[in-house]
Amino acid sequence: MSQPPLTDAARAGQSAFTGDKARALIPQARLAGPMPWVLAIMVALTVLAAGAGLSLGNLAGGARSELSGGATVQILDADPATRAQQAQAAQEALQSMDMVAQSRLVPQEELDALLEPWLGNAGDAETVPVPALIDVRLGGRATPEAIDRLRDRLADVAPDARIDAQSSWLQPVFSALRSLQYLALALVLLLAVTSAAAVFLAARSALGNNRETIAIVHLLGGTDGQIAQLFQRAVLFDSMLGGAVGLVLGLAAILGLGYQFAALDSGMIASAGLDWLDWILIALIPILGVVLAVATARFTVLAAVRKML
Amino acid sequence: MSGGDGEVAFFDNVGLRYGTGKEILTDISFSLWPGSFYFLTGASGAGKTSLLKLLYLAQRPSRGIIRMFGSDVITMPRSRLPGFRRRLGVVFQDFRLVDHLSAFDNVALPLRIAGVDESELVQPVSDMLEWVGLAHRSEARPETLSGGEKQRVAIARAVIGRPDILLADEPTGNVDPDMALKLMRLFESLNRLGTTVIVATHDVHLLQNVRSSMIMRLDKGRLADPTGALRYPPRRAATEEAQR
Repeated sequence: MSQPPLTDAARAGQSAFTGDKARALIPQARLAGPMPWVLAIMVALTVLAAGAGLSLGNLAGGARSELSGGATVQILDADPATRAQQAQAAQEALQSMDMVAQSRLVPQEELDALLEPWLGNAGDAETVPVPALIDVRLGGRATPEAIDRLRDRLADVAPDARIDAQSSWLQPVFSALRSLQYLALALVLLLAVTSAAAVFLAARSALGNNRETIAIVHLLGGTDGQIAQLFQRAVLFDSMLGGAVGLVLGLAAILGLGYQFAALDSGMIASAGLDWLDWILIALIPILGVVLAVATARFTVLAAVRKML
Repeated sequence: MSGGDGEVAFFDNVGLRYGTGKEILTDISFSLWPGSFYFLTGASGAGKTSLLKLLYLAQRPSRGIIRMFGSDVITMPRSRLPGFRRRLGVVFQDFRLVDHLSAFDNVALPLRIAGVDESELVQPVSDMLEWVGLAHRSEARPETLSGGEKQRVAIARAVIGRPDILLADEPTGNVDPDMALKLMRLFESLNRLGTTVIVATHDVHLLQNVRSSMIMRLDKGRLADPTGALRYPPRRAATEEAQR
């Protein structure tokens, strides 16, 4: 028998084990497998939750900045003449204060129009005493100290005045919005953990299905890193596909809801729109999903192969 | 105690047990020299496959010392073991071919794992398949190959990287006598190129076919070494004999 045609190439090999030949070592279900679709659903839900959270944040932020310098002065005297006289004096006093950027005595017709849904046209100043209102915009924030200064200034000219910071009325609403934001954040984290768990289970399943191949690669001198890479590549493809599909589904849902809310034509809702930074954050979700999936697959496989000698 | 000064493998009082069972291998001590040819014999269940597992680093011993190429592989970090495994060629008793890869891809696998570029491995793998008489079956998957063909693919895969040690577990168990003889000639050719060959077999006829081979006989997990030649081999004589 002739000499065997041996090669020393193996001793000088430096290339990474990649490409189609490496991919062929671990057969992939690709689109026929559940992994891309599970990840697509996870990413879609995460995009939706993140979009809702960011939108609520914008809504609260917009409302807060709009109301942060606002205060309302109510003249509560039951006598219309005294009420009108105190309101006029209070308006003049407010306009003379440096800290007040703008103040507007709300006309009686406007008050009547505001109350019309509840009181009808019958409501007039004599039968139903409606407080006189002054809408005040401060140069700075309506802090308790600023409100006290207003109160002190109006004490002489309008003793029946009651002054409230507008933001304090909406404090329960802000609290509710903050709770919803935390809920959205918790949902995003929960979905991230669930996605990682799904990848973990899929990687474990793939490891089980390919145990013999992995053992052979291991015995032929394959490193833990090489074996992990074989699975990482599979998960990378699945998660990229799932991420792209999930992003499209999630964006479609956000845009659909956006159009629905935009149709309400409410000033408060208008501030709930997403700005370009929000869209960038949302676009990062599938990328982070891919990183999370690949890292989970790598650690899962490494933990499993380290049990081999 | 020796070890580390020229032997490709050194075992000193090695014992192996699985779990809490009794020892499968007991007090195994020997040295393997470069370029030598060994037969590992013994009845079924004597521990031949377990000893080979220790040699191809698939199993840690329960006790004792194992040095491969001068390094203690028991205390060695796991990350260094793949480099040692790449210096070994193993023909498994059950072939252990990757079922969904072709014969070509199975033979090419050690080279790909070692990082050989695709353009550099096509010719050596094709030559090797031709040498074992399977050039016409290079695209066939293991499930379509006969037992003997699988055996030859497994052998081609084990030797393609020019290993320092070739370990073959019952390599002739699935082939006819003619093919068995041919495979022995193949191992001898490899041995002449400097590879240390260890063939585990219970076929006593094979032993007569390779001159200058040494015999390691396992009996109930113990290595018979009445003259001490396996533990303390006449180094120069053994090497020169093998090279001759």
